[in-house]
Parts: sequence; structure tokens; C-alpha cells
Amino acid sequence: MTTTLLEVRNLEKKFAAKSAWFKPKQYVHAVNGVNLQLAERETIGIVGESGCGKSTTGRCLLRLIEPSSGEVIFQGKDITTLSKREIKNIRKDMQMVFQDPMASMNPKLSIREILSEPLLAHKILRSEHEQLLSETMRLVGLPEEHLSRFPHEMSGGQRQRIGIARAIILRPKIVILDEPVSALDVSVQSQIINLLQDLQEELGLSYIFISHDLGVVEHIAHRVGVMYLGEMVEVAEKERLFEKPLHPYTRALISATPKTDPDEVKERIILKGEIPSPSNPPTGCKFHPRCAFTQDICKAIKPELREVEGRKVACHMV
Amino acid sequence: MPNILVVKGLTTQFEGEKGPITVVDQIDFKVKKGEVLGLVGESGCGKSVTSLSILQLLDKNGKISGGEVFYNNVNLVSKSEKEMRGIRGKEISMIFQDPMTSLNPVLIIGKQIGEVIEEHEKVSGTVVKQKVVELLKLVGIPRAEEIYYEYPHRLSGGMKQRVMIAMAIACNPAMLIADEPTTALDVTIQAQILDLLRSLKDELDMSILLITHDLGVVAEMCDRVVVMYAGQVVETTDTRTLLRKPRHPYTVGLIQSTPHQSKGERRLKSIIGQVPTPDQFLQGCRFADRCPKAMDICHSTIPPLFELDGQTSCRCWLYDDKKEEVI
Repeated sequence: MTTTLLEVRNLEKKFAAKSAWFKPKQYVHAVNGVNLQLAERETIGIVGESGCGKSTTGRCLLRLIEPSSGEVIFQGKDITTLSKREIKNIRKDMQMVFQDPMASMNPKLSIREILSEPLLAHKILRSEHEQLLSETMRLVGLPEEHLSRFPHEMSGGQRQRIGIARAIILRPKIVILDEPVSALDVSVQSQIINLLQDLQEELGLSYIFISHDLGVVEHIAHRVGVMYLGEMVEVAEKERLFEKPLHPYTRALISATPKTDPDEVKERIILKGEIPSPSNPPTGCKFHPRCAFTQDICKAIKPELREVEGRKVACHMV
Repeated sequence: MPNILVVKGLTTQFEGEKGPITVVDQIDFKVKKGEVLGLVGESGCGKSVTSLSILQLLDKNGKISGGEVFYNNVNLVSKSEKEMRGIRGKEISMIFQDPMTSLNPVLIIGKQIGEVIEEHEKVSGTVVKQKVVELLKLVGIPRAEEIYYEYPHRLSGGMKQRVMIAMAIACNPAMLIADEPTTALDVTIQAQILDLLRSLKDELDMSILLITHDLGVVAEMCDRVVVMYAGQVVETTDTRTLLRKPRHPYTVGLIQSTPHQSKGERRLKSIIGQVPTPDQFLQGCRFADRCPKAMDICHSTIPPLFELDGQTSCRCWLYDDKKEEVI
């Protein structure tokens, strides 16, 4: 895990919000200066609550949403500057799996047609289709007969396997997984996570795993980035982060996740208040209104990500 | 402690194209006074239909086709719709997973909560308003007087769930049915709402039937647990025993599937196959085709619920003759 495959520098995404005559345009800062490095065969988890910008970040990397500024460097090229035609070639190497496989598939197409679309779009030789289709079905653990089925004939878990099959059929290097198991039942969820891990080993994939579920991220990720209101507040190796979270938000997030162990000593940190709206974020450290350690400096100055105890944290108090 | 709610042999059917489909099949459980009972299972296991059956809130195509629901020794199944209206909200209240779809979008918050009080108590308008503001404060809503006049879309998910809770406890019900109350919420907000439910339970001396798919929530909230699979109860026991020493192979699989349980292991344990839909239920034990311990008898005959001790019962042939320590 040494070669950096993808580097994200200062990624920003502003969405235009309310606009009125004669008034300056207002923006919602969904992603605000995110930095990331992804190595080969690495899984980086991005966690955070709704509205923290984790999905927007994922989509900006593939330019499914155009980033406002920043660089996404993949194989030496900044893909934010590429033309539409060039970005298509990049997507052969970077694919995405969505939360709801039903919503991301055409219900009128059979599984064979759904999986053939990327092959046609990227002009893979027709003679290779059959072999790729059957091999990919084997990889995701579905019988080949399912190729003639339709999405509605499959269960949620099987559909997500198809979603994964569609993403890996071009043998990409990076797969961005946006809440891939959130819509599934626990017993099926673990099947899919195991599948993702097997595929990573077999195909040498790198994952960006976006999720709100810390338990799942703790299992699958090598490194974890915690986002709050569009910013990374802590980035660390998984073991470090879960053993000793430093940022007060990370600590609260971990302590708020219910554990299935009845004997685990619970030091529960219950945060006050709600997640503020990204259209009107607090000044200084965006977490300060909910933080138990807030000082005057937190209200005035935005903390930068800095190196503390072998990880990066954005907090004045650590 | 006496039982506040006793469900006996409850069976609920829905009209299907090829005749009635049994979604809830002879469910038995009891809720003791002051207890939090968890009803756990995956999607389609019938846990929500069970709760809707208790309050007779089923859709038109569904009906209770057998069994009884005793609330303080009175059978609710034989009650008329008018009598049920007197019970809902007054004796037994319910909160739902998605607070947005349960609130009226064109009515201010205060009026919606007030409706519950006006329905069940004969009090003047000013008293109702005063009570509503008190309720909003009780469920931890800041600026209660202002929020009284707000519309639901102005509130966040967590706040809306607090409003739902205020509405549910408006008439001091003895029993609260909470159907996945925190599933749609973020974890930090979930922690707040669970904390609120816990403190209200003590303050108002309520019993809670908590329906959830999340074993973590069960571990934090429940005293006892009923595990459902494919419309049937498969295991009933206290929370500690359930998590420490699960008996039914399905419960074992479910607990092991949570990532927390496989800490440090590369692979997660999982259950093969998927949850069956009601038209796919097997003739024998409904879990047999996914069970790692299935025997011949499992495929032919449905196991009864075996009483293991006063606390625990389990629907599995492994526990025939009260064989202990099989798993």
C-alpha cells in the first residue's frame, strides 16, 4: 500500500442556493476543502451524518457532480480539467455503486442488458462480452441463469450484487461505494461486505467506502475520514481512530453507535443540538455549537487539519 | 410485575391474488408493566404488522384472523372501532419510523398535539395550549412557545420525532409502541431520542414495545426480547441472555452478522440465502433452508416453541426434550 492511486486536493463544491434580484448569490458549501489520498488496494472509509457532504465528495471524484474547485489527480492527470470525452475513459477505471440498486437500474432491462451497457459504452469487442458477463456473475456469486432475469425478480441482496457486477465488469482500479449496504438486512449486509472484500483481493481494487454506519466502516476500511458539515475533521488509520478518537465529534459519533455487547462499558456522549444547516454554518470550528470543549478560539478561528499522534485532526483543543 | 399487554395466538392475514396470505402467524408474547420489550427481526418478518394489529390500524386488505390481544385483561380484538379510538392515544400510543409522513403538513405543530388532548379529555382551549407547550418542553424542544406555531417542514428529523413523541405521550398512556423510532435518524440524534424515551418511561411510568431491526438499540434499551422470523416468534428471552447465549440458529446468525461481533476477523459471519417472502414460507421450520444445523425433521414439521426455562423459549427442534447446551 505505497503507491498513491488517487489524490484529492482541496476539493470544494458549492451549490447555488437562493438567488434574488440585486442580491449577491448565496451558496451552500457542501464540500469545503477535502484532501484525500487513496493507495492501491486500499479501502478508505468516509463517515459522517446526513448532510456532511460525504456523498457529494464521492460524486465529485467521478465528476457526476462538477466540483467547484480543487484537484482530483488520478494516474498523474487532474481529472477536473478533462473534457467529457476524456472523462469517459477515466470512468473505465473508476466506477460507482449506489445505495439503492433498484433506483439505479432500468427496470425494463434484463440483467444481461444492464451489465452489457458499460461494455457497449466503452466499445469492448463483442466477442469478449459473453466471457466477461459469465466471469463477472461468478465473481459476484450469482448463477449465470440470472442474466435473463429482471431487477424486480431479485431480492435486495441479489440486486446489490448486480450493482457491484456492473461496477466491476470493466475491471476498474477504483470503486466508489456510496452506502452500498445501508438498505440491506443485517444477515445479507454481511454477505455483501464479504463479497466486497473478496473482490478487492481478487481484482486488486481500491475502495472509497462512504457510509454512516461506523460498525461497517470499522470492519472494511483501512483508513477512515470523518466528515462534518463538508469538512474532514479527523483522518486516521482505522485501528487508531476507533481505539482512541481525538476529535470531539469522532468521539461522540463512536460513543453514540449502539453496541451489541451488553457488558461493554458505556461512556455515552450525548451531543446537544442538531446538525446545523450547511447553508448557514457556524463560524470558526463548525462543530463548536455542539462541542463540550468549546473555547473562545473555536468560535473565531477555523481549525486546520494538522498532524497529531500519527493522524490528522482539525481541532484547537487536541 | 403484572402483565400489561398479552398477545395470544395473534394471526393476521392480507388479501392476496391467490387467496389470503398469512403475514403474522400465531404470535405470543407478554409485556410486563414498566418493561421495555423488544420485537426484533429483519424486513418482512411481520414485526410492524404485529404492532399495527395490536392497535387495529391495519390497511383495508388486512385483518386479524385469529388470536387475542389482552390489554389489562381486556380483549382488544373484540372491540369496535369506536371503542378502539378511545384506547389509541389514551391507553396505548404509537410512534412510527418516519415522522414526516405521520405529521399533517398543513397544520401547525401545536394544533396537532392539541388534537390528541381534545379527543380524550374535556378541557378548555387555553389549558390544551398550556399542556402542549409543557409537552414540547418535556420532550426537549427548545423555544417551545415558538415551535408551537411552526409547520412540520420547518423542523429537522430529530425534532419531528420529538413532536411525535410529545403527541404520543400527551394523554399519559400506560403503553407506548415505538416502531423503528430511530431508524431514519442520524446516530447522534438517535442517541438523543433513545435517551429521551428512557427518561420518559421512568418519568411517566410507561411500558414500551420497541420494534427494531437493530440489535445495538435492543442492547441499549430492552429488558426482554422477542425475535421474529417469517411471521413467527422464534425466540423469547431477556436481553442479556439473548446477546450472550442466543439459542435459535437464526438469532445466533443475526447476532454474528453484526460487524461488531467479528472484530479483528477478516470475514464477517453471515446467514446464507435471504429472508423469504410469505409466499415462499417452507412447510417445516421456516428457517430450515438457511440453517447450518438443519436436520431431517426440520424440513418436514414446524417446531413448536419449546419452553426452556421460565424466561426463555425457542422454536427449534434442537431443543426438543429440553436438550440444553446444544449450540
